[in-house]
Amino acid sequence: MPDMVSLAQPQQRQFNPYADNGGTILAIAGADFTVIAGDTRQSEGYSIQTRYAPKVFRLTDRAVLAVNGFAADGNMFVKKVRQRLEWYRHAHAKDMPLRAIARLIQTMLYARRFFPFYVYNILGGIEEDGSGAVYSFDPVGSYEREACRAAGAAQSLVQPFLDNQIYFKNQVPAPGMAHPVHLPLSTVLSLVIDSFTSATERHIEVGDGLEMYVVLAKGSTAIQSLSTVRGIQEMTVTEDGERVFVIRRELKKD
Amino acid sequence: MDHFPTNWGRPRNDAYDPYGTYPIAHRPNNGPKDAFADAVQRTQQPIVTGTSVLAIKYKDGIMMAADNLASYGSLARFKDIQRLQPVGAHTVIGAGGDMSDFQYIQLMLDELIIDEFSAQDGHTLGPAEVHEYLAQVMYARRSKMNPLWNSILVGGVKDGKRFLAYVDLLGTTYSASTLATGYGAYIAQPLLRTAVEGKEDILTEEEAYKILEQSMRVLYYRDARTIDKYQVATVTEKGVYISESRRLDTNWSFAEGIRGYGAQTQ
Amino acid sequence: MTSIGTGYDLSASTYSPDGRIFQVEYANKAVENSGTAIGLRVKDGVVLAVEKLVHSKLLVPGVNRRIQTVDRHIGLATAGLLADGRHLANRARDEAASFRDQYRQPPPLKQIADRLGLYVQAYTLYSSVRPFGISTILGAVDKTGPALYVVEPSGVFHGYHGAAVGKGRQLAKTELEKLKLSELTTREAVKEAARIIYLVHEDAKEKEFELEMSWVGDETNGIHLPVPKDLQTAAEQAAKAALETFE
Repeated sequence: MPDMVSLAQPQQRQFNPYADNGGTILAIAGADFTVIAGDTRQSEGYSIQTRYAPKVFRLTDRAVLAVNGFAADGNMFVKKVRQRLEWYRHAHAKDMPLRAIARLIQTMLYARRFFPFYVYNILGGIEEDGSGAVYSFDPVGSYEREACRAAGAAQSLVQPFLDNQIYFKNQVPAPGMAHPVHLPLSTVLSLVIDSFTSATERHIEVGDGLEMYVVLAKGSTAIQSLSTVRGIQEMTVTEDGERVFVIRRELKKD
Repeated sequence: MDHFPTNWGRPRNDAYDPYGTYPIAHRPNNGPKDAFADAVQRTQQPIVTGTSVLAIKYKDGIMMAADNLASYGSLARFKDIQRLQPVGAHTVIGAGGDMSDFQYIQLMLDELIIDEFSAQDGHTLGPAEVHEYLAQVMYARRSKMNPLWNSILVGGVKDGKRFLAYVDLLGTTYSASTLATGYGAYIAQPLLRTAVEGKEDILTEEEAYKILEQSMRVLYYRDARTIDKYQVATVTEKGVYISESRRLDTNWSFAEGIRGYGAQTQ
Repeated sequence: MTSIGTGYDLSASTYSPDGRIFQVEYANKAVENSGTAIGLRVKDGVVLAVEKLVHSKLLVPGVNRRIQTVDRHIGLATAGLLADGRHLANRARDEAASFRDQYRQPPPLKQIADRLGLYVQAYTLYSSVRPFGISTILGAVDKTGPALYVVEPSGVFHGYHGAAVGKGRQLAKTELEKLKLSELTTREAVKEAARIIYLVHEDAKEKEFELEMSWVGDETNGIHLPVPKDLQTAAEQAAKAALETFE
């Protein structure tokens, strides 16, 4: 009998410690406000795990963090950032400034360079000079300050839209006119809502619910355009400083 | 040279480097040698497994169901296994995945509950605390690349609040009014959502039970790793109750009356 | 104590010429100064009761418990140094958890008493430590039924039907001996325990005290729990009434 030839290759299967839980996040900075938003769907593959799993978190009265990617890492990362902010409060009797939080996040992400938190972070809020700011990160901590950023499943759908509408890319101003440097809050909110309804139409991992956090600088006049917003909820803890609001909207659930 | 006079004037033992004077790459390895280091096995795949667990919220609390089977691959190996377990006075957990890992989790939780009971401090752990604890354990184990190979539902009622959440071998967590693990996520979850979403505060215990029973039946028809014997856990403000094993009524006769199976072509 | 000052009482690792270890005897003195603790092993369970002397009116009622829980089914009452009691209870919890880990079943009380005995005895062997200043009453219902043990500062332990340690132990023992312990129910035993604690307290003319009581048995599904409030108040009222008519 001829020798049996085994076709079976030596198999190696490895436990994969990561998953992709879909969803999209987005942040836009204005002159004296920032909007940080995310959908609330959590999915794996074609299955919706839940229709409500928040991806946007209030850290302080002037900082809001959106996390997107592997949900378990995201939740753990937010937990650890919050712990570090609490220690900072105990040590210095004040909240950590936004740019310091941004650097802290870089340090924490890079500390896990060789077993990364599989998470894209967008940090939004108000700087110490009162300006609106957005910081975006990659999973290992590279970061920069920007005027707007989309991340997650529908980044490739939303970011070009923002490039066009916020940075006025491929738009030519009328003769004698210039593009505005900052947009008003009402326009920004409309852009955010449009971004998510469109992403929901075209991307299966986006939908169910939308949470938009609005951070206002101290004495910001943008407060006026918020008074008419349906169902707005204030999340501010301290007085006489920056203010945080959350606006919730339904998205299509299919 | 060192400060022990007995060593003075003797040839140096180059294999021993007590002060770490060599560059890292050339440093002699004086650490303890683990003869079994290459043979350490971690869970790379589940062996004896349980399939889906289903759970829903209803008017008075939460209800959870799982069948009594632990499979060995495609072999129906153990047919009287309980996959629902009370934890403390307000919580029930149900597990799919590796059953030996689940037994280990049960031991951990039992120890936790005894520790809390012995403290006699007037506090008890509710479902939210049990879920958080499990999530931390599961995430820590996945981060050591040595996961506990389970998907677990945690449900309960405490201080008038219903709680229902999921945690798995990756440490992934989420919460919803209907949950299903394993195959149930594909087959039963859509049925549960249709039956429950928006009616969480209206459904009675009988209705909740009917919904779970029907879903378990569909799973038994379609998931090959099930048996028709299952248990239902109910958690209300009054406490945890896990039923005796029940049998599903099933009908395997030819479906000639059903379009697509019988004589009609269209 | 004629032997004080002879030098043989400075360490638990030194015998006196007549074979005694003074440090252990002093530890017993610490127990004798403490409020009384009693245990009753009856038909369907065990009752523990402690006369907790309140040294200050400023204390919040219910603090500094002297009855502790070791495992679901095991209670522990101490007389002597409070902190020593807490340390030993922690050791008992570790032993119980370790037994469960090894044998996958609830530990029988005898095993725990045995391990605690070994532990306490080790503190009579070294000059660097002092013996435990407590006598410990352990009560449980295990697979052998109701069980009651006392661990003394020397490390010796015995099983009992009824046990009393602390200041009023003599009178308490005489009272316990009058009872038909193996015929009582836990519910009756709670009443008797309260009466005995009130009696020995009255006898010693001490300051304020709180009665601490716990039970384990059929009434509690084999779980060690504090005696329910209504039963405790009823037992205390009956105890006060019994004092009037006593002798």
